[in-house]
Amino acid sequence: MSDSSFMALTLRGFARAFSKALLSERTAALPGFLQSFDPRVRVLGLFSLVLAAILCRKMTVVAILFLLATTMALASCVSLASLAKRVWIVVLAFTGIIALPALFVTPGDIIFRLPLLSLPVSAQGLQTAGLLLMRVETAVTLTTALVLCTPWTHILKALRSLHLPAEVVTMLAMTHRYVFLLIETANQMFESRQSRTVGLVTGPEKRKMTARTAGVLLSKSIDLSHEVYLAMVSRGFHGEIRLLTDFHLRARDYAMLMAFMLASGLAVWMGR
Amino acid sequence: MSSILPLPPRDTGMHIPDGYLSPSTCAVLYALAASGWYAALRRVKRAFLTRVIPLISVFAAFSFVVMMFNVPLPGGTTGHAVGVTVATIVLGPWGSILAVSLALTIQALFFGDGGITTLGANCFNMAIVGSFAAYGAYRLLTARSATGSRRKVWAAAVAGYLAINVSALVAAVEFGIQPSLFHDASGSPLYAPYPLHIAIPAMMIGHLTFAGLAEAAISAGLIAYLQKADPSLLRGSARLAPGIAGATVIPVGHPPERRLWLTVAVLMVCTPLGVLAVGSAWGEWSAADFSNPATRASMAQASGNQAPPAAVPGGLHRLSTLWTAPFPGYAPRFIRSAGFGYLLSAMFGVGVLAVVALLAQIAGRRKGRTPLL
Repeated sequence: MSDSSFMALTLRGFARAFSKALLSERTAALPGFLQSFDPRVRVLGLFSLVLAAILCRKMTVVAILFLLATTMALASCVSLASLAKRVWIVVLAFTGIIALPALFVTPGDIIFRLPLLSLPVSAQGLQTAGLLLMRVETAVTLTTALVLCTPWTHILKALRSLHLPAEVVTMLAMTHRYVFLLIETANQMFESRQSRTVGLVTGPEKRKMTARTAGVLLSKSIDLSHEVYLAMVSRGFHGEIRLLTDFHLRARDYAMLMAFMLASGLAVWMGR
Repeated sequence: MSSILPLPPRDTGMHIPDGYLSPSTCAVLYALAASGWYAALRRVKRAFLTRVIPLISVFAAFSFVVMMFNVPLPGGTTGHAVGVTVATIVLGPWGSILAVSLALTIQALFFGDGGITTLGANCFNMAIVGSFAAYGAYRLLTARSATGSRRKVWAAAVAGYLAINVSALVAAVEFGIQPSLFHDASGSPLYAPYPLHIAIPAMMIGHLTFAGLAEAAISAGLIAYLQKADPSLLRGSARLAPGIAGATVIPVGHPPERRLWLTVAVLMVCTPLGVLAVGSAWGEWSAADFSNPATRASMAQASGNQAPPAAVPGGLHRLSTLWTAPFPGYAPRFIRSAGFGYLLSAMFGVGVLAVVALLAQIAGRRKGRTPLL
């Protein structure tokens, strides 16, 4: 590990966040399948499919939901490569590691043994690991499809129309906005620090550097919140929150919502 | 088990994705988290809404960004902090619950980091349990210490380490109960597959060694920085709830008078419980009790078998006729139910006291308005 690798790792994380936000903005603006429906229908429909995937107890039904999620994502201009890189491989790597030992430690009927290690693999273990992996892949694919195809502001408005308190929706909107501003600020701080760092840096010094950067960011955040507060007050904000909700459900939105609910209900019934 | 995260950028080790917890577990944890959010929101709204909204939002954004920092750890590796300890110290536990919950919601909804069905669980574990664990530990360890003391830095480190590990333990228990509660007919676990004896060590090893240290390092470092750069934040200038020792406290919750009236109302409703009491209170005897054999026996028993005087003491006899109470024995004569009599007596007593207090308040105000010549 080089002396500035912790900074490089953090900077890479920031770059990933920006690239994800950019991809989301671009995809949401494309004329895809999911994009053509009211955001409330997308939020409700995809959430209900996630819930159905969690409720299903049969791997085949969860696999059908996974295919449905993938088809919807592809029809909504989300590329297969993007899905594979951002969702499937990552989930396979992380959840796979967690699910793998379940093959051997779950008690049940032994179906075969690993050739060299002679570890017993039980049918129940295979079922458990497969179901967990398939379920997580399906849920994350559905969530990714929603996030990539719906601008954040639309998700928030949809949540507001589902009776989430206005204060919470406002805070979520502001948090999202300032996340990127603070990432940009932190990015600049780390880049400038990295450009000034030469020679060997000890572990405690690295931790001090990180903590000081976080401290400066905290001070800037508090100052920023004060400025935002003054800006809000100067524009006449006195605690009352009003959000524009200009969505209009059309016949095809109702039809799609019905289709989502039907698919979810059917999946739960078949997978019980 | 820090690898439980499906997406790598903010691997704080506890973002439970969809599919690991059963729907009923998720529902219970959503309900618990919702009660925490409700309580926090109520307190925050009472503080000063116009100021609170930008403060909490920007702090949530800060927590989000801090979760992305790679904190260098001993041994050459790095870890991620949650930032819950700093949020608790600066904003107080209720503000921290909201700020960290907002950051986790953005992560789940926008970055797909942590599940949607498990958002309640993630917020409960990290935002609620984490905030209160950090608050308790920090408050305990920094009692009566000065803002710039070294003890505050160590306390922040311990609070951070504890908060992350308590949160991880709660998450491990949530994982560990899944196989025994949710399995199919063949015994295959339907959700997280490992029982408690595997889930707890697997989860705790990573948090006791890496994630806990990362939180401890960032918390201690930030407090040391704030002591030099912005000590007012450690004195609670941004706090939204009853604070940590020595802090400037913005009043929240019910106003004191309202709390008093609520307590009085509860006590009034409870007064009929007095009917359940048996025997008589020592020393609260009437003149008639001295001539009643049964009461005399209980008086002797209550006085260490010391027999009461044969006749009513002269002073007691004389003074007991001075005043006859309107509700003798807490029950007006026209009321047959003893319980209702207690309640009515309580209402009457409180009413009289309220009127006296009101008159005294009015008199005090008038006196205050009198111009000084």
